[in-house]
Amino acid sequence: MVLVLALGDLHIPHRAPDLPPKFKSMLVPGKIQHIICTGNLCIKEVHDYLKSLCPDMHVTRGEYDEDSRYLETKTLTIGQFKLGICHGHQVIPWGDLDSLAMLQRQLDVDILVTGHTHQFKAYKHEGGVVINPGSATGAYSSITYDVNPSFVLMDIDGLRVVVYVYELIDGEVKVDKIDFKKTATTNSAH
Amino acid sequence: MVERAEDEEKWLAAGIAGLQQNAFYMHRALDSNNLRDALKYSAQMLSELRTSRLSPHKYYELYMRAFDELRKLEMFFKEEARRGCSIIDLYELVQHAGNILPRLYLLCTVGSVYIKSKEAPAKDVLKDLVEMCRGIQHPVRGLFLRSYLSQVSRDKLPDIGSEYEGDADTVVDAVEFLLQNFTEMNKLWVRMQHQGPAREKEKREKERSELRDLVGKNLHVLGQLEGVDLDMYKETVLPRVLEQVVNCKDEIAQFYLMDCIIQVFPDEYHLQTLETLLGACPQLQPSVDIKTVLSQLMERLSNYAASSAEVLPEFLQVEAFSKLSNAIWKVIEAQVDMPIFGAVTLYSSLLTFTLHVHPDRLDYVDQVLGACVTKLSSAGKLEDSKSTKQIVALLSAPLEKYNDIVTVLKLSNYPRVMEYLDNRTNKVMAIVIIQSIMKNKTCIATAEKVEALFELIKGLIKDLDGDLHDELDDEDFKEEQNSVARLIQMLYSDDPDEMLQIICAVRKHFLTGGPQRLPYTIPPLVFSSLKLIRKLQGQDENVVGEEASASPKKIFQLLNQTIEALSVVPASELALRLYLQCAEAANDCDLEPVAYEFFTQAYILYEEEIADSKAQVTALHLIVGTLQRMHVFGVENRDTLTHKATGYSAKLLKKPDQCRAVYACSHLFWVDDQDSIRDGERVLLCLKRALRIANAAQQMANVTRGSSGSATLFVEILNKYLYFFEKGNPQITIAAIQSLIELITTEIQSDTMSQDPAADAFFASTLRYIQFQKQKGGALAEKYESIKV
Repeated sequence: MVLVLALGDLHIPHRAPDLPPKFKSMLVPGKIQHIICTGNLCIKEVHDYLKSLCPDMHVTRGEYDEDSRYLETKTLTIGQFKLGICHGHQVIPWGDLDSLAMLQRQLDVDILVTGHTHQFKAYKHEGGVVINPGSATGAYSSITYDVNPSFVLMDIDGLRVVVYVYELIDGEVKVDKIDFKKTATTNSAH
Repeated sequence: MVERAEDEEKWLAAGIAGLQQNAFYMHRALDSNNLRDALKYSAQMLSELRTSRLSPHKYYELYMRAFDELRKLEMFFKEEARRGCSIIDLYELVQHAGNILPRLYLLCTVGSVYIKSKEAPAKDVLKDLVEMCRGIQHPVRGLFLRSYLSQVSRDKLPDIGSEYEGDADTVVDAVEFLLQNFTEMNKLWVRMQHQGPAREKEKREKERSELRDLVGKNLHVLGQLEGVDLDMYKETVLPRVLEQVVNCKDEIAQFYLMDCIIQVFPDEYHLQTLETLLGACPQLQPSVDIKTVLSQLMERLSNYAASSAEVLPEFLQVEAFSKLSNAIWKVIEAQVDMPIFGAVTLYSSLLTFTLHVHPDRLDYVDQVLGACVTKLSSAGKLEDSKSTKQIVALLSAPLEKYNDIVTVLKLSNYPRVMEYLDNRTNKVMAIVIIQSIMKNKTCIATAEKVEALFELIKGLIKDLDGDLHDELDDEDFKEEQNSVARLIQMLYSDDPDEMLQIICAVRKHFLTGGPQRLPYTIPPLVFSSLKLIRKLQGQDENVVGEEASASPKKIFQLLNQTIEALSVVPASELALRLYLQCAEAANDCDLEPVAYEFFTQAYILYEEEIADSKAQVTALHLIVGTLQRMHVFGVENRDTLTHKATGYSAKLLKKPDQCRAVYACSHLFWVDDQDSIRDGERVLLCLKRALRIANAAQQMANVTRGSSGSATLFVEILNKYLYFFEKGNPQITIAAIQSLIELITTEIQSDTMSQDPAADAFFASTLRYIQFQKQKGGALAEKYESIKV
C-alpha cells in the first residue's frame, strides 16, 4: 500500500493565506510516500512545507509559480501504475475531459493528475483515469465559482488504486472514495 | 582582612581541629557530669569562632560544626534543668566565660532552655539576649552570633497560639525581638561595606552577598508569625523595616531587603500597604536598581491577580494602578540619568501588570503607553538594541493578551510608541503584528481600521525616511512582502460598499510601495477585488445606487489602473495574467467593452513586452484558453481577437510550439455550449495549417539533422481531428482521418524517421482509442465504423 498525496492550486499568498487548519492537522510528515503537485503553489515557502511532509515530491509548473524550473509535464511510476502530472492551463479547452484524455494518451500514463480549474474531478475512461484534486486552499478561480478546499489521497495497491477525495464543506471535512482497477495487460507492446 | 585562599584553608583546618579537640573534651566532661569542665571546654571550643581570618564562606563551615556541638550541650542543659538544677544559676554561671563571644553563644544556648522551662517570660529572656549581643560589633562574628540567636529562638517566640504566649508575653514582643535583631544585623552587614581598603571593595561586596540571607532570615521568620496580621504588618512591621532600609543608606542592603520584603510577605499585604512601600522607593540610594524591585513587585501582583478573580476588586479599591504608575513616574523623574532601557523596562512591567489586572481598561493600557511616549520623546529615535528589544516586548504584550489587533488599534498611543523605533525594528514589529493577525485569524472589517493598521505596518508598505535600500536581504524582503500579501486576505467586510472602501484604502497605500513591492502586493489586491465583483454579480444590477455604492464597473476601472501600475516594475507577464483574469470576470458580468479593453491591454503587453519564447508560449496558452471561454463578445470583437491570437500562434519561434498553438486555436472556432460558435471550416483550416507546420518541421529536421524527427505532432493533430469528428464537425471527413492515420503509419515505419518510442506509444493508444469508440455502440460506433486501423 502506497499513499500518494495529490494537491495543487494553493495560490499562496496571492489568493489564500494558508492551507485550512483542518487540512494542515491531517497532513502529518512520515505518513505519505509521494506527493504530486499540479502547480500554482506559488512560493518557495509552500514548496518547503510540502517537502517537509514527504521528500519525494513532484511538481509541475503553474502559470503563477515563482520557481520557473518546474517542468510543464512529469511522469513517474508508482507500483504498477504510470502517473502523469500537468498543471492544465496548457490543455485547451481548459477542463475539457476529452482534451485531457488526449494528453493522457500522449504521456502514456494510467493516471493523469491535473489542475487549473480548482474543481475536483475523477474521470474514468478506457484509457485510464484523469484526476483533478481541486484547490487545496479553496482559492478564487475564474473558471469555478464557490470553490471548496480539496485534495486527493491515492492508495495504490497492486493493480488497484483507491482515490480518496477530502473536501472542506461548511467547515467540515468530508471524504469520498472511488475505486479504480487496472487491467493486467500492458498497454504498449514493443 | 582575609588571607589568601591557601592560607584560609589552613586556618579553617586549624580551626576545625581545635574545635573538634575541645568538643571531645567537652563531651567527656558531659559524660562524667562535670559541668564546670564542660563549660570550660565549650568556651574554648567556641573561641575558635573568634577568628578574624576566615571569609564568611569558610567561617560558616566552622560555625556549623560549633552549632552541632552546641545542640548537644543544650540537651545536656535540658537534662540538668529536669534534674532540678536551677536554670537561673546556669544562666548566671555561663557569663563567667572569659571571652565575650563564647560567653554569648553559651548564654543564648542556656537562654533557649530557659525559655523552654517557662521559669521566666520568653520576652524577658529574648530581650536580654538581643541586647547583650550588642557586645559583638565585628560584622562577620556578630552576624553569625545573631543568626544563632535567631535559630535557637525560632520555635520559642510568643506567637499567637504558641505555648509561650501569656498575659505579659504577646506576639508584639516577638515582633519587637525580631525587629531589633534584624536592625542590628543589618547595621553590622552594612558596616562591612566600609571596612578595609578601597581596592578590595569588590571582594567585600562578594562576601556581603554571601551573608545576605542571614539578615533576610529575620524577615522570613517575621512573615511566618501567625500574629503578624495585616494590621500588625501595616502599623509596626513594615514601617520599622522600611525605616532601617532607608536609613542604612546602603545600596546592596536596600536592593536585597526591598526584594526580600516583596517576596516574603503576602501579596495581599502589599496591596494594602502599596503607598507606604512605594513611598520608600524614591528615598532609596539612586544607585539602587529600583526598576528591578518595582518589576518584581508588579510581577507578583500580576500573578496574584491572575490567581483568582475574587481578588480583582481589591486592586480597584486600593487604586493599585494609579499608585504604581505614579511611583514609576516619580522614580523616572528622580533618576534623570536612568537609561532609556531602564525606563522602558519599568513601563513594560507596568503594562504587564495592567493587562493582567485591568485587561478591560484600555484607557489604563493607553496611559502606560502614553507615559512611555513622553519618556521616549526626550530621547529621540532609539539606537541601542537592548532598548528596542524591550520596546518590541512592550508592544507585543497587548497583542498577545488580546489576540485581537482590532482592540490594539484602539490604543491611541500604540502607533506613537512605534514612531520611536528605528526602521529595522519598526519592520520587525510590523511582522509581529501581521503574525498575530494571521495566527488569530482576525478579520479587519472597516476601512478605518485598515488605515490604522497600515499606519502601524507602514515600514513594510513603503520606504521610510532614511531607509537604505541595500540594507535588506533579498530573502527577508520576499518574506516580508509575502506576509503583507497574506495579510490582505484578512481584510474583509460583508458589506460591499465597505469592502470597496477597504480595497481603495489598501490600493492607495500599495501604490506608494515602489517597483520592488508591487509584484507582491498587487496580485492579492486584484484577487480581493475580483472576489468582490463576483459577489456583486449575484446582486440585482438594477438597484439604483448612489454614486458611492460599489458596482462591478467601478471596480473594473480601479483594476485597470491598478494593474497598469505594474508597468513601472516592469512585470509584464504578471500583468498579462491579471488582465486576462479581469477579462474573464468582465465576461461573467456581461460587460463586453470592459472585457475587450482588458484583452486589448493583454495583447499589447504580449506584442510589446513579452519577448522570451517560453514566456510567449505560456502567455498564448492563457490568451487562447481565456478567449475560448468568452461568450460576451459580439462577432466583430471576437473575430478581431481571434484573428490576432491565431496570428501570434503562427509566429512563435519554434515550429513545434507554432504547430501546437495553431491547433489550440482551432477551439476558438468551436465552443460546445455556444451554438453560434461552431465554424467547422475555420476549425479545419486551423488543423490543416497545423499539419503544414508539422510537415515543415519534419523537413527542417531532415535538412539539419539528417533524420525526420518525431511523429508526435502528427499524432497530436490526429487526436484533434478525432475530437472534432466526434463533436460533429461536418468538415472533418473520414477520408481525412484515414489518410492522416496512413501518413503517420508510413512515417513511423520509414527508415528516415528517428525512433521515438513515446510517439509510437501515443499512436498506439490513439488507435486503441478508436477501437474503443467503435465498440461503444450507438451513434458513436456508427461514426467510427468506417475508420480502419
